[in-house]
Amino acid sequence: MSTAAARTDGWPPAPVFARADCGGLNMRLNGTRVVLRSSGALWLPLTQTLAAGDLHFEKGSSYAARGQMLPPYDTHETLARIEAEAAALNPATIVFLGDSFHDDQAEARMDPEAADRIARLADDRLLIWIAGNHDSDGPRGLPGETMSNVGVENLVFVHEPEPGRRRGQVAGHLHPCARVSAFGRAVRARCFATDGERMILPAFGAFTGGLSVRDQAFDGLFIRPPTAAVIGRNRVHPVGWDQLL
Amino acid sequence: MSEPLKPSPLPPAFQAWFGARGWQARRHQLEMVDVVRGGQHALLIAPTGGGKTLAGFLPSLIDLTETPRPQNAGPHTLYISPLKALAVDVERNLLAPVREMGLPVTVESRTGDTPVAKRQRQKERPPAILLTTPEQLALFCAWEGARAYFADLSTVIIDEIHAIHGGKRGDLLNLGLARLQSYAPGMRRIGLSATVNDPDMIRRWLAPQPVPNISEDGEVLENLSALVMGDPGAPPVVDVLYSRGDVPWSGWTAAHATAEVYDVIRANRTTLIFVNTRFQAEMAFQQLWEMNDDGLEIALHHGSLAAEQRRKVEAAMARGDLRAVVCTSTLDLGIDWGAVDMVVQLAAPKGSARLIQRIGRANHRMDEPSRALLVPAHRFEVLECRAAQGAVAANDLDGEPERIGAQDILAQHVMGVACGEPFHEDRLFAEIRSCAPYRDLPREDFDRVIDFVSTGGYALRAYDRFRRIVGKDGLWKVRDGHVAQRHRMNIGAIVDIPMISIRVGSAKRGGRKVGEMEESFIEQLAPGDTFRFAGQVWRFEGVEGMNAYVLPSPDPDPRVPSWGGSKFALSTYLAARVRRLIADEDGWRHLPDDMQDWLHIQKQRSIIPSEDEMLVETFRRGSRHYLVCYPFDGRISHGTLCQLLARRLERANKRPLGFTCNDYALAIWATRPLGDLDFDALFEADMLGDDLEAWLDESVMMKRGFRQVAVLSGLIEKRFPGQEKSGRQVTFSTDLIYDVLRKHQPDHLLLRCARADAASGQLDVARLARLLQRIRGRITPVALARVSPFAVPVMLEIGREPVFGAAMEDILEENAQELIAEAMDMEDAA
Repeated sequence: MSTAAARTDGWPPAPVFARADCGGLNMRLNGTRVVLRSSGALWLPLTQTLAAGDLHFEKGSSYAARGQMLPPYDTHETLARIEAEAAALNPATIVFLGDSFHDDQAEARMDPEAADRIARLADDRLLIWIAGNHDSDGPRGLPGETMSNVGVENLVFVHEPEPGRRRGQVAGHLHPCARVSAFGRAVRARCFATDGERMILPAFGAFTGGLSVRDQAFDGLFIRPPTAAVIGRNRVHPVGWDQLL
Repeated sequence: MSEPLKPSPLPPAFQAWFGARGWQARRHQLEMVDVVRGGQHALLIAPTGGGKTLAGFLPSLIDLTETPRPQNAGPHTLYISPLKALAVDVERNLLAPVREMGLPVTVESRTGDTPVAKRQRQKERPPAILLTTPEQLALFCAWEGARAYFADLSTVIIDEIHAIHGGKRGDLLNLGLARLQSYAPGMRRIGLSATVNDPDMIRRWLAPQPVPNISEDGEVLENLSALVMGDPGAPPVVDVLYSRGDVPWSGWTAAHATAEVYDVIRANRTTLIFVNTRFQAEMAFQQLWEMNDDGLEIALHHGSLAAEQRRKVEAAMARGDLRAVVCTSTLDLGIDWGAVDMVVQLAAPKGSARLIQRIGRANHRMDEPSRALLVPAHRFEVLECRAAQGAVAANDLDGEPERIGAQDILAQHVMGVACGEPFHEDRLFAEIRSCAPYRDLPREDFDRVIDFVSTGGYALRAYDRFRRIVGKDGLWKVRDGHVAQRHRMNIGAIVDIPMISIRVGSAKRGGRKVGEMEESFIEQLAPGDTFRFAGQVWRFEGVEGMNAYVLPSPDPDPRVPSWGGSKFALSTYLAARVRRLIADEDGWRHLPDDMQDWLHIQKQRSIIPSEDEMLVETFRRGSRHYLVCYPFDGRISHGTLCQLLARRLERANKRPLGFTCNDYALAIWATRPLGDLDFDALFEADMLGDDLEAWLDESVMMKRGFRQVAVLSGLIEKRFPGQEKSGRQVTFSTDLIYDVLRKHQPDHLLLRCARADAASGQLDVARLARLLQRIRGRITPVALARVSPFAVPVMLEIGREPVFGAAMEDILEENAQELIAEAMDMEDAA
């Protein structure tokens, strides 16, 4: 039941968290000091690096083009969340972990104001666009650099997590979320998934759904049953594997 | 009554048919022939067993006999039933007289289950009488060629109209009727209804309304359909079971009375046992089965059992093979079963109209009384059952207030109309205003709906190039066949709660399906948990996609309790009767002894509130301070009230810790004393302003409501070609859409719809407003040294029921703390 018991079963120790003032969680990921922010982004204080998973810009208009009129506000909402993080932390670098655009035409559909906001975001910092499966070429007209992966401190940022033991790998792609229950009721929320060595970030975009960390897509990624750092309203809550539904 | 010498309106073949059976056409059947053949719309209100269905069809059968249809004519009569099974059953029942009289009339049914080939044939060679459901009518409206198909339509019959008109399904049906009327202006509308409290409301609903509905003198104009009343049947005999043992203090299953119910089954030919929730049905069935030493044929019937299992039970019932069926509202309506001679209502009925409907399921001969037994689950329910008994005797029904048509449904209809044929917005607006639920629809709202259907209705005009319907000079048409096809796949006013199939076996090997359960229940289970379903205890193995795998468990006492008390909230009307019973001290002596003791001790320790007074008790227990009050207003509006009171107490620095409620009372507890509050201010109606708004916007229920609105309006598709979108995916994405829309366009059409739904339905805000009005200046606070007898039932609910609207943050916090305490040393990782 408890992770303490699990240790005796031969699992490496569970990651250790400490509450950060911002409501997020402090931890060491493969030795690198990181903050799991309640926005769903990951912050590396030492190198002033912010990382955010799947943004899926223009997902709304992608559906609208096919006749399902989802609200057109997702890109601006997602941008507002990034801007809030940028204002709070003033990062030197922002790494987007791929699938930043919902499809190949997304950048073309983006309204000029959104493009301006991205440009302003890049004013005095470096934007790194990791290529994803939805946006393999990266942005065409927006500032920043497109890469397939990038290393920062003891971490390597990629889009799709590779199976097996990959120390320090930080990926997106899977959109992890967790189901937790209490008082006879269950809630489902986005989460970080980590074993202390590597991490999958939640999708950051306003319209991005989630996949339960108990799904088999997460099999074979972690050296021990991962802890879900579940995102509440203004706080991140660590929830052990055994507490997940 | 018709004079004896008046010639019968029935043709000779019909008279002979009645005569051959030793029957006589009933008065209301003949009146229906007169009224409808005279060209009027007509509502027939008659008790069950009064030949109501035949009365509805007689005018059409006579028409079709006297004036044979040309070869290529469209349907003459469209019959619409809320239940698929009923449409199919009526087909069978109608075919008998048609065949026996040798009438030249073809009758066919068409439901969602009708094979494609048969549907195609019905399109090419329409039957004279087509029997169908409201969903199929909405689909007809979205057909190209519907106008030509229904050009010969002379009559539409709506069965069980009382069960449809008061909801979104009714809105959609009413809009469909107006569409049919535009195809066939001479079409007569017939409504068939059980007894209702306000016939005029349904007469208005049934008839096309004048447009405009205000005369030049400012007078409100309205049309009422003709009213034909059947003779009342013999009044039912209703008893309340006062158990041999003590009446329980709380609970909702009435399990204490199982042995007595079993005796009732033994003493009657066939008993229908109605319960209010599926879980209760499961439990009652299980308990009856355990004491079934006589091997009586007892079956179980509820909405989440596999369809074929339900059909089996229904068929066995029809054959008269069963002694009892434990059932939920799935059997409130439906096929007549002659053999039923007793109806048991297990736990209080919560409303008198539902009870009367259920009692009507017993004994379908009008001259003999139906018999029913009410089994209260606890003390307040004893009073409630007494109140219901009185209401039935007075044939007094609680009704719903007249509804205003929902705009998500309107959006679906507008899209459907565009899929059928191009429409002019002015003409369609007039057509929609002829529908009673939409008769006051402002043009502005209609225009907003059109914009929503076309582009999503967003202030940010991002989607003008993606329009679903395109308009020029007020004439609108669907963008292309593909969009139309997708819309047709998503028609209907029923949004299914996401359900998971329960299968016996494993994900690898698959397994037999035993039924379906709400995803929200399955989500709480961990592998190894045991629960009761389909009359058996199962061990949960795991979920794979939309399937949950289970194995039989020998565990007699399932680990996971089945949540879910009464699905229905106590009606305002019954609540008023209960308050009157409590206040009437002279009447107490008719109650069982332990009930009398309970009331007398309440009088000593606290007070007995008068009929229009609300009692508020405050007391301390352990380290907590409690406030218990007794609005008698149903658990839904109590739940809303709890939320709002908790916010106020928070602001008053009372540190509320939790709350719970039932149909009669609510309890809130806090760390600080509550006796010194200004109760008039606490219950002031202004809580329905900002507090309500603030709470609503973050409420889980609003999100759930929004999901429904998003699906009904066509924003989210339930299905698209080649792929069945699972309920799970829909739930998730609408939450995200809700959050974004609330922030960026709070006055969006769909948010307005969701709030309107919350106010009228899920949160019963409208009812809460009436409550606050009623108790204003009539609040009687009493400070007690200890808990009062009245407070016990609600206090016993604490911790037993899930806390209504428990915040997600609390749940996460609970787990996080558990985990941190268990396994983690808090240390600064920095």
